[in-house]
Amino acid sequence: MQIELQEISDHLSRFAPFDTLSKESVDNIARHVEVSYFKAGTDILEAGSSIQDLHYVRSGAVEIYRRNGELHDRLVEGDIFGQAGLLRSNKVRFPARALEDSLIYFIPADVFAELCAHHDSFADFVEAEGHSRLKSAVEAQGRASELIQLKCRAIISRSLVWVNANASVSDAAKKMTEQSVSCVLVMSTADLQTAQIEGIVTDRDLRTRLVAEGKNADETRISEIITAAPVTISANDSVFEAMLMMLRRNIHHLPVLHQGRPIGLINLSDIIRYESQSSLYLVNRISNQTSVEGLRILLQDLRGTYIRMVRDGATAHMIGSAISGIGRAFTQRILELAEKKLGPPPVPYCFMVLGSMARDEQLLVTDQDNALILDDAFNPELHDAYFRSLATFVSDGLAACGYSYCKGAIMATNDQWRQPLRVWRNYFESWIEKPNPTTLLHSCIFFDLDGVYGQLEYVRELQNLCATKARAHPSFLNAMARIALNRTPPLGFFRTFVVETDGQQKRIINLKGRGTAPLTDLIRIHALACGSNAQNSFDRLDAIAASNLVPPKAIKHLRYTLEFLSIVRIRHQVEALEQGATPNNYIEPRSFSNSERHNLKEAFQVLSNAQNFLRFRYPAKGRV
Amino acid sequence: MSAQTPIERVQLLAMDIETTGLDPQAHSIVSIGLMPLTLERIHCNHSLYWVLKPTSELNDKSVTFHHITHAEISNAPTFSQISEQLLAAMAGKVMVVHYRNIERGFLDQALRKSLGEGIEFPVIDTMQLEARVYRKKLSWFARIMGRKPESIRLSDSRERLNLPAYQAHHALTDALGTAELLQAQIANRYSRTTPVGELWD
Repeated sequence: MQIELQEISDHLSRFAPFDTLSKESVDNIARHVEVSYFKAGTDILEAGSSIQDLHYVRSGAVEIYRRNGELHDRLVEGDIFGQAGLLRSNKVRFPARALEDSLIYFIPADVFAELCAHHDSFADFVEAEGHSRLKSAVEAQGRASELIQLKCRAIISRSLVWVNANASVSDAAKKMTEQSVSCVLVMSTADLQTAQIEGIVTDRDLRTRLVAEGKNADETRISEIITAAPVTISANDSVFEAMLMMLRRNIHHLPVLHQGRPIGLINLSDIIRYESQSSLYLVNRISNQTSVEGLRILLQDLRGTYIRMVRDGATAHMIGSAISGIGRAFTQRILELAEKKLGPPPVPYCFMVLGSMARDEQLLVTDQDNALILDDAFNPELHDAYFRSLATFVSDGLAACGYSYCKGAIMATNDQWRQPLRVWRNYFESWIEKPNPTTLLHSCIFFDLDGVYGQLEYVRELQNLCATKARAHPSFLNAMARIALNRTPPLGFFRTFVVETDGQQKRIINLKGRGTAPLTDLIRIHALACGSNAQNSFDRLDAIAASNLVPPKAIKHLRYTLEFLSIVRIRHQVEALEQGATPNNYIEPRSFSNSERHNLKEAFQVLSNAQNFLRFRYPAKGRV
Repeated sequence: MSAQTPIERVQLLAMDIETTGLDPQAHSIVSIGLMPLTLERIHCNHSLYWVLKPTSELNDKSVTFHHITHAEISNAPTFSQISEQLLAAMAGKVMVVHYRNIERGFLDQALRKSLGEGIEFPVIDTMQLEARVYRKKLSWFARIMGRKPESIRLSDSRERLNLPAYQAHHALTDALGTAELLQAQIANRYSRTTPVGELWD
């Protein structure tokens, strides 16, 4: 008769990666298991000895060490170890010791190999020693969405409409009318095979750059009214990327290139046709609102878009970009409404956003962080009344739309943050040259900055100032590192898991405060150190990777960790929204499945390692 | 097998027998679980388990007690049909049981009936090993204070040594549980080189 080891198979089937296997497979494993008891303090695996089995913690607790003797991990009931050695050299890579009296199940190498060969999910789990397990979790998200899978070339609905740069505006206009398009591409020569893109012209350009300027359509060459060097997208890029690009730059037309040559144009309506609930559609509706009240009503749509993107499997990177794009659209529209009400500005200005919106990483629960950079011709007595009203209008408007007032008063309504460019330059320079505890906190907020409206070059100048100046001041970077190390990942939570079973105190993790925030903090410091003016954390990681400041493998881990922690945060918010609750950043790990908990623990481990590296790379010298 | 052999070099066989009652004369064997082990490892892949057709009537109470159904029993072999396989599995090994009187008594009785002769075999009794620690006479003080002696049942003994709780009264699970208990007892109270003779008396 077939022997059933019910106790063993029942237990295995409760834990990853066995929980996804069929009952037959688990019963078969149970029949081949070997068992041994280890008294607390005894060695289970010694470095360099040979290893023949996958190890499974049935009860007790096990500590895994690095070869240098440093504690690497602490494992509890249902965790596995030894797979690294088993998969590679059949030599123990990480020694293991029983922390408590432990019962270990041994799954023989041949059974293990067969499981890997026949069950992809099992193989993925065990091969993903450490961080690549996170990677697979991250990659699973992002597969589903139609917009992500759909290539730009698939939604080009008509052949390319283009004119030679020598053509007159009236020739171009005739062609646009014949083909009934609102946009035409302007090429350098008549031979499309060798021609370069000179620019792009839209209906709107005909209106603003020709008719309004009083020019003659027959005598004006099309090249005089083009938008030169337009943003383009590759035919193989996803429609989602096209959408983000339009969102980010607030443009409605994108030339599509294949092997460097234009094959067509896609526009806003092409995408909206595919995705009526898309964030672009929402942005479009935002631009059409004529009052703050009208904008406020769109808050519900914003939530709908958010939920939908998560359900569609968009990545955190995409969601962050889309939500930030929507935030920008809100801000831009409110500024337009403000100018309509207050009249044109007395001197040029730039409306600047800070923090998550500047990084393109905004989620639902968010404050507004903004400031005004005014032209150096700004005269407080003459002009400040206008800009104070403008700032108040925008701040109130944003608050009405769900972007609550900043508790730290990082808003353009605060006199300190409504200053001409030269004052801002002084702020940034003194913060970097002579940091003190207050200015360091400012640096953490203001050094994620981006312009959303007005003279965007003002912000670009400040971004470049940060990028060139900070790297030349190691004491500033060291001081920033100390700040970034204040918030540590909640590893103790997992470490003490064994001992504090069934404690009644609330066991929650602040995913932002002890996860994504310290992570973006440390990425910012490396980015400043390598002189990058990127704002988005993923872009910053690219820049850091290019500078070889951080080993490529560590960069990869950071990328997955940021993506993973963010997506957990996002999903958690969506769950709250769906239950009609207020979304927040607190999670209760008890509600997680085992493999989710594994991933979470690994993500925090990556963060902890990265903080150790930061501590070592930017050492404390004296006191700030 | 010499009584001087260190325990780490002894081939062991944990055994559990579930019965219809406590009296080997009146009651019979319902199931047998065998789990071979060394001090190093317990080998589930060589475990054996039989449900047997009892010679005495199986009452409903013991049916639920052992998680065995009447249907399972009606297709089951008799003890005589498996006795050779059982003896082969036992050959050269030292038995490990929790409360030897049951296993010894019932096996002896069953073999007498089927082969015409009983057997004597060396047994390590994990319950007896527990009794060595927890069945010392309580001091007068402890008795005055109303202290109860510790339980030395399989599940309680396992719990004291931080072994997980198992579903009791399945012969193979109990054999596994007994095997784990012996490993834990030796790890905590004896050594790898303890002569087997110190454990089986």
